[in-house]
Amino acid sequence: MPAFPTFPKAAREATGNAQLRHNLRKATGTIRGKRAAVVAELDDWAELRRAGKQIKERTLRHLDTYLEQVEAAVIAAGGTVHWAADAAEANRIVTDLVRATGERDVIKVKSMATQEIGLNEALAEAGITAYETDLAELIVQLGDDRPSHILVPAIHRNRSEVREIFRDRMGEWGRPAPDDLTDEPADLAAAARRHLRERFLSSKVAISGANFLVAETGTAVVVESEGNGRMCLTLPETLISVVGIEKIVPTWADLEVFLQLLPRSSTGERMNPYTSTWTGTTAADGAGDGPGTFHLVLLDNGRTDTLADTVGRQALRCIRCSACLNVCPVYERAGGHAYGSVYPGPIGAILTPQLRGTADPLDASLPYASSLCGACYEVCPVAIDIPEVLVHLRERVVQGDAEHPRAKGHLAERVAMRAARTLLDSPRLLGAAQRAGIATRRLHPGRLPGPGAAWTDTRDLPQFPDESFRDWWARRSAAGEGAPAAPAAPARPTPEAGQTPEAGNAPASGDTPSTTPTSAPEERK
Amino acid sequence: MRVGLFLTCVNDTLYPGTGRATVRLLERLGVEVDFPAAQTCCGQMHYNTGYRHDAEPLARRYADTFADYDAIVVPSGSCAAMVRDNYPRLGRRARDEGRGEALAAHLDPVVPKTYELSEFLLDVLGVTDVGAYFPHRVTYHPTCHSSRMLGVGDRPLRLLRAVRGLTLLELPEKEQCCGFGGTFALKNPDVSAAMGTDKARHTIATGAEVLCAADNSCLMHIGGTLNRQRAGVRVMHLAEILASTESEPADPSSAPAAAGARAAGAPCAPAADCAPAAACAPASTTARGGSR
Repeated sequence: MPAFPTFPKAAREATGNAQLRHNLRKATGTIRGKRAAVVAELDDWAELRRAGKQIKERTLRHLDTYLEQVEAAVIAAGGTVHWAADAAEANRIVTDLVRATGERDVIKVKSMATQEIGLNEALAEAGITAYETDLAELIVQLGDDRPSHILVPAIHRNRSEVREIFRDRMGEWGRPAPDDLTDEPADLAAAARRHLRERFLSSKVAISGANFLVAETGTAVVVESEGNGRMCLTLPETLISVVGIEKIVPTWADLEVFLQLLPRSSTGERMNPYTSTWTGTTAADGAGDGPGTFHLVLLDNGRTDTLADTVGRQALRCIRCSACLNVCPVYERAGGHAYGSVYPGPIGAILTPQLRGTADPLDASLPYASSLCGACYEVCPVAIDIPEVLVHLRERVVQGDAEHPRAKGHLAERVAMRAARTLLDSPRLLGAAQRAGIATRRLHPGRLPGPGAAWTDTRDLPQFPDESFRDWWARRSAAGEGAPAAPAAPARPTPEAGQTPEAGNAPASGDTPSTTPTSAPEERK
Repeated sequence: MRVGLFLTCVNDTLYPGTGRATVRLLERLGVEVDFPAAQTCCGQMHYNTGYRHDAEPLARRYADTFADYDAIVVPSGSCAAMVRDNYPRLGRRARDEGRGEALAAHLDPVVPKTYELSEFLLDVLGVTDVGAYFPHRVTYHPTCHSSRMLGVGDRPLRLLRAVRGLTLLELPEKEQCCGFGGTFALKNPDVSAAMGTDKARHTIATGAEVLCAADNSCLMHIGGTLNRQRAGVRVMHLAEILASTESEPADPSSAPAAAGARAAGAPCAPAADCAPAAACAPASTTARGGSR
C-alpha cells in the first residue's frame, strides 16, 4: 500500500489545478442534471429507495444464511466457490486459478472489488497481464494512472488528454491507435473498440466483479453501458468473479428494485444498456453459451468488521452508483485521487476507514473530508446517512473504542475541545469571555496564527460587536423595557445525576438514575 | 404560550444584531419572548467534530434551560437541526452504550418544541407577511442544515417575497454548500476556501446588494470571503431583514462587516446600531498571503 498524502494535503494540489477543476465541474454537473431528471420521472422513487434500503438491511442482518444459500446454488449450477478473508487471500486464490489454466493474459470487466485488493498488481507479480476492457479503465491503465471516480474512472481526463494517451501508449498494450486519431469521442471510442476487439477474441480467461448476487439461484449480475462486460462474460472459457459479500440480494424480485435504482442514480439512465446475468456454467455437454468453468471468490476484506458496527454498517448497503460523488462539493473540488482509495467521494470517506481502519494518517483524515452538507444522503438510492457515519467515525478517530485505538495527533484538539466545553457549559464564563473579546477587539489581528491562518488567508474575520446579546438583554430587562426576563429555568428534580454548573472537568456524566435534583442553572451575576 | 429564544453561542457573541432583530420581530407580531440567561451552546461543534460525550452536558443544559417553554425559537438552521436531528441520536447512542434511557428522557421533550425562525413564523404563528419593509436587491442562500436536515423548504423565500420593496434574485447553484462546515474550514482549508470563493462568485453574479441566509456561521464564511474580495455585497440574517420596517429600516451598509473591511463604495450611513469600529474603519491593507 503506497503512502498517500492525507486528504487535506492531496486536496490542496487538486484545488490549485484549474484543468482538473474544470473537468470535474463539467462532468459532475452533467451527470447531476441527468440523474435529477430521471429520478423526478418516477412517482414512487421514495418508496423504491425505502425498499432498496430495507432489502439491503434485511440481507445484511441475515448475511450468514444468504452466503450459504449462494454457495449451495452456485455449486449446484456447476460453479466453484472460494472464501477470501482478506485481499492477500483473494489475490492468492485468483492467481492460482489463472496459473492453473496455463494462460498469461486475462481480460477484465471493470470491478471495484479487484481494484480494492490490488489484483492487477498481484497478477503482474506472478507474470500475468490483466487487460482492462472498460473504456475509462483502459484510459487509466494506458496512462499509468489511478481511477478517480466509481463510475467514470477517468473523469479527471478530458478528450484531448485521452487522445494523447491513446496515441502514445496503445501500441505498447496491443493494437496501436491510428496515426490520424482526433479527439472526437466517436473517433476515440472506435480506436478503443478495435484495440479491445482483438483482445476479446484471443483471451481464454476473464475476471469480473458483480453488481449483485441473487441468493436464490446463485446468479451473478453485471450492469454496464459499453458491452465489454457482455464480451468478457460470454467469450472466455474460464470466468473468475470476485465479489464482496455485501453484494447479495435474496431474490430476483428484490433485484427488480435495484435495477431501477442503480441506472437512474448512476448514469442518469432509465435502464442501463447491458444487464448480464450468469448462473454457474454452461452445461457439461457444451450446450449453451458462456464459460465452461466458473469460480466465485467471496471477499470479506473488512466487511464483517464493518458489519459489527451498529452505526457504520449502513455503508455496506452501497450499490456503487456514485450519485454521492456527483453531488459532493468537496469531491468536485478535491478530485477522486485525494481520497487515496478506489472508493472516492463521500462513500469512500465512510467505507475506506471502516474497511482499512484508521491507523494510517490518510485513512484517519477521510472522515473529516466533508462539510456535512448532506447532499450525499439526499441522493443516495439506499438512503445511507453518510453524515451520521462521518461524525461517528470522527468520534472513533479522536476517542477510539474497544476495537479501534484512537488515531495519533489529536491531543491539542482534545485539550481545546475540553476547554471549549468548560467555557460553553457556564453562562458566567461565556459572558466573561465575550466581554474580554469585546474589550480587546482593537488589538485583534487581522491574520490569525496557527490553524486559524487557514481562515484568514482567504477570508476576513468577523468583528466583535459593542456588546454581546446577553448583556444587551440584561440591560434592557433592568430598564424594564419589553418583556421582563423570566427567571432562568427553575430547578426541577430529574431522575438522574445532573451536572453542577462549572463542572467542566467532570467526566461526561453517566446516566445513573438518582434522586439528586439538578442544580438550577446559575442566575446572571 | 411561553416562547423562549435560543440565540446560539455564535449569535450571542458575534451577531447580537440578529438576536435584537429576532426579539423586535417577534414582539411586533405580539409574541412575548424570553431569553433565559442559563443558555449557552447546543453542542454542535463538539458533536460534529467527534466529541459526542462533550456535547452531552451542553445538550442537557439546553434541555434544562428550555424545559418549561412551550416553544423555542432558534434563528439558526444548523443549531435547530442539531437539536431536532442529533439530540434524539445522543439519547439512542447512550442507550447503545448501556447507559439506559435517562439521557433520552432528558433531551427528547425539547426536540419537537424547537423551531427554526422561519418555521416558527409560518407553522406556529401562521404569518407569511410579517409587515417588513426592505427596499433592496436580495439573494437568498438556503443553508445546508436548514434545508436538508430541518427541511424548511421554501418558508424563508415565502417570508422574503412578502417583504415590501424587496427584490428577490435567484442565486445560481444555490443548493451547493458554501464550504464553512464548522471545523471543516480549519481542517480542510483549501477545499473550504474553494467552495466559499465559488459561493461568493455566484452571489456577485446575481447583482444583489445583500446576501441573506438563516445561519450566521455560513454568512460569516461567505461574508468574510466577499469582504476580502471587496465585493461590495453585504450579508444579512433573515431576521434582520424581516425586522426592518419603514419606521425602523435596516441599513445593509451597517450590517456587521468583517474586521478591517468595509464594502467598497457603500456609504457608511451611521445607523442606530452602527458599530463604528466595524463599518467605518479604514479598509485593511494586509496583502493576501500564500497558504501556509
